[in-house]
Amino acid sequence: MKKVLMKGNDAVVRGALLAGCQNYFGYPITPASEIAEGSALLFPKVGGTFLQAESEIGAINMLYGAASSGVRCMTASSSPGISLKMEGISYLAGSELPCVIVDITRGGPGLGNIAPEQGDYNQIVKGGGHGNYKLIVLAPNSAQEMCDLTMLAFELADKYRNPTVIMADGTIGQMMEPVEFPQPVTSFPKKDWAVKATAETRENLISSIELDPDRLEVHNQKLQKKYAIIEEKEVRCEEYRSEDAEILLCGFGIVSRLLQSVVDEMRAEGIPVGMIRPITLFPFPKKIIDVYASKKNVRFFNVFELNNGQMVDDVRLAVNGRKPVFYYGRMGGNLPTIKEISGEIMKNMRQS
Amino acid sequence: MTIQHNKVLQKPETFYDTFVRKGDSELKATHYCPGCGHGILHKLIAEAVSDFGIQDKTVVVSPVGCSVFAYYYFDTGNIQSAHGRGPAVGTGYKRANPDSILISYQGDGDLAAIGANEIIQAANRGEAITVFFVNNAIYGMTGGQMAPTTLIGQKTTTTPYGRNSHSEGFPIRMSEIIATLEAPVYVERCMLTDAKNITKTRKAVRKALKAQIDHKGFSFVEVLSGCPTGWKMTPQEAKNWIDSALSKYFVPGVFKDVIEEREPIIIKSEKPSPEDYHKLMGLSHLSEKEDIVPTPKKNSFHEELKIAGFGGQGLLSLGYVIANVAMGHQYEVSWLPSYGPEMRGGTANCSVKISDKRIGAPLVANPTTLIAMNKPSLEKFVNDVVSGGTIIYDSGLIDTPPSRNDVTVIGLPATEMADKLGSTKAANMIILGIFAYLKKQILSDQYIRRALPRILKNKAFHDINQKAFQTGFDYADKHV
Amino acid sequence: MSASKGHVIIKASECKGCQLCIEACPVHVLKLAEKLNHMGYKPATYTGEGCTGCGICYYTCPEPGAIIVFKGWDTWSEKAMCPVCQKETKVYHAKNGKDVVLCTECLNPIP
Repeated sequence: MKKVLMKGNDAVVRGALLAGCQNYFGYPITPASEIAEGSALLFPKVGGTFLQAESEIGAINMLYGAASSGVRCMTASSSPGISLKMEGISYLAGSELPCVIVDITRGGPGLGNIAPEQGDYNQIVKGGGHGNYKLIVLAPNSAQEMCDLTMLAFELADKYRNPTVIMADGTIGQMMEPVEFPQPVTSFPKKDWAVKATAETRENLISSIELDPDRLEVHNQKLQKKYAIIEEKEVRCEEYRSEDAEILLCGFGIVSRLLQSVVDEMRAEGIPVGMIRPITLFPFPKKIIDVYASKKNVRFFNVFELNNGQMVDDVRLAVNGRKPVFYYGRMGGNLPTIKEISGEIMKNMRQS
Repeated sequence: MTIQHNKVLQKPETFYDTFVRKGDSELKATHYCPGCGHGILHKLIAEAVSDFGIQDKTVVVSPVGCSVFAYYYFDTGNIQSAHGRGPAVGTGYKRANPDSILISYQGDGDLAAIGANEIIQAANRGEAITVFFVNNAIYGMTGGQMAPTTLIGQKTTTTPYGRNSHSEGFPIRMSEIIATLEAPVYVERCMLTDAKNITKTRKAVRKALKAQIDHKGFSFVEVLSGCPTGWKMTPQEAKNWIDSALSKYFVPGVFKDVIEEREPIIIKSEKPSPEDYHKLMGLSHLSEKEDIVPTPKKNSFHEELKIAGFGGQGLLSLGYVIANVAMGHQYEVSWLPSYGPEMRGGTANCSVKISDKRIGAPLVANPTTLIAMNKPSLEKFVNDVVSGGTIIYDSGLIDTPPSRNDVTVIGLPATEMADKLGSTKAANMIILGIFAYLKKQILSDQYIRRALPRILKNKAFHDINQKAFQTGFDYADKHV
Repeated sequence: MSASKGHVIIKASECKGCQLCIEACPVHVLKLAEKLNHMGYKPATYTGEGCTGCGICYYTCPEPGAIIVFKGWDTWSEKAMCPVCQKETKVYHAKNGKDVVLCTECLNPIP
């Protein structure tokens, strides 16, 4: 099949349309704006709707409305905009509305900058909004995955009636790479729960409120069961030259691309390094890490992130004290160099 | 004789027979306090929905506030929304399902405070929805705090000494504000006091819904409504207070009515078959044969370019062309720009990686080839170039050549040369010619010539791009 | 007994005694009942005579189903034996069930 050289952000738009997404609501923000611009260009061509909302709050609530009708719909933003969307995200999770939210992360806190940071891990993976909810979180590391995982995001969102997030840093969004576009999705799950403004669905209600503590608890328990199923069935993880590795590098998104280069370089020098890349941040690949953590030949884990150490908490929980877990991070939108990373690993090798 | 149903005034069919969603044993009575205006307005809306025969296609968005539980009562599609966001939720819903009838039911805190932006923007876009706004000058659900519509001097739990304009500002008149906008077709304020005013409200409710049924656009009805509990009054006193105080500040009336003048807007969107999506997205404009060099990957090839200069010199495009060409030769490629404000003037650069193996980090830290088109860029990156690499720079714009003797240095006045060809913008294509010459063992220059018009689509530049490419290619042939 | 043009039924079990209907009634034929209902309110009630069927009480009432007003009561002729009231009463056809006929006094279905 033919490849097209394309930005990750543009691949997201195409992937969404190929997945049958019909409605886009968003607000411009660097480095995610190409997604709004591409959507403005292409959604009308497939008979869909693009609407530039008044704010991130407007956009996420429009998503709530559209998702209530059962259509596939999405929004995209970047870190500060995602912070603003958090209220709506909690409501979407509570009302179990399937939709796709794309977060092209940038530097924070506050206005921060537009350079690639991964400081959104906690707000996306651990909540951010209030309540006992989980989002399905996919972390692409290439333009191809920006397309493929966006399509997958729609599938998972519908399958579990759960908002699903594509979390990629600005580098992945802005980078161009060859992308092969799959065939469009033509069959969609039935959504009997949706409010479709028809006689058959008139009885349906989309709501996140439940005053009675017992009933709200039941609702929450139901959600937790759903999340447990997602953890059981939907983990996706790339293991790169990790089988015989004594040192396991761990990173997601653009960092995993750096780690891949590091692994190749250090392997060439005979150092047994491998990489684990979580593709799903929720569900987190704890069982996979668990397997490595119990392997005798594994000396330590080394987590690299573009933040103050957020995913490392999940790695430590999975490793559960069996092996040392080292962390190295850059902030402010700086990417570590290959040398910097391998230097860090060498230092830890001496220490452990 | 057959009894005519319109001879009986009774609970409209748009209400549930029993309110099972309440979850208590009181299945016929509402959760509203005695004398509350919400119930009256609910009844007027339910009656209109039934009478218009739109019950099946109606969706009610309930707000946060006392009417948060509107879905207990309306036997329609129901969506419960976040505080103040009803108009945004309604917008999303109606855009996704234009054949529906969408009612956003909101109170004064919801609509005029926390959701003031959502209502203004939805009204301003002329969303084809109907908004019913219950103004009772107080927060009922949370226990009687100040609303944006609380009157000056009115005591609430958060204005225990009375609302003071120096501190809390003045009550906000939403109908008047919304009527100033261009898009809304109908804006009226009514009140629920006596028979005459309830009749007026009934008419307004019906008119607003009819406007939506007729695809006329955004309609808005504000209703001054009693909150005996919040106001600490009997229902009768509350009614009198609306008459004597509330309606003196919030004067009832029609603030805008252009329903008749407006043409209906009926959204009919063509839904093409998904099979055509690739074509519609411009993903299938060339056959595979045309697009790919047929004998790929003979060579082990690894190239890392840093292309830098002023914004506007077409350097990101140059990188894009090189990456595209290499992709056509079936190499792995990546292209990464410096993005953001830098692109809008100032300096710009991009990283291009080409490899016969999977590409790791897309950022080029140590280029094998540096293309520098201004002095700051050369200075910034000159020492990063790998030993044995290549530096191509514009000698017309940069007066000091790079001080490296372990690399191949090619200086040429590309911008001047391009100017002579007819456009300084073509300097990037001259550089492309140089690069193509240097890599001619690997990249087919014939392929580049053929692919250029497809990669850089602007027809106005097709000829000069070819000329400039040739100029660069010839220059390299002579001088390198 | 009645030469009334209209008839009103107030369901005591759904009335919260706000008295808006009593105040609004132009012919003053509604009053508060003596007896509290199960919610602890004294519900409004029809004095039994003089209703014009204007419907003002119906529209004034904040409860969806507490008040039913029959217009043109004096022209209603369809009657049936109500097993609950144990007498012949006027009936009307219920809104939802096409074949359901209700007693206008006790609002129970008449088979």
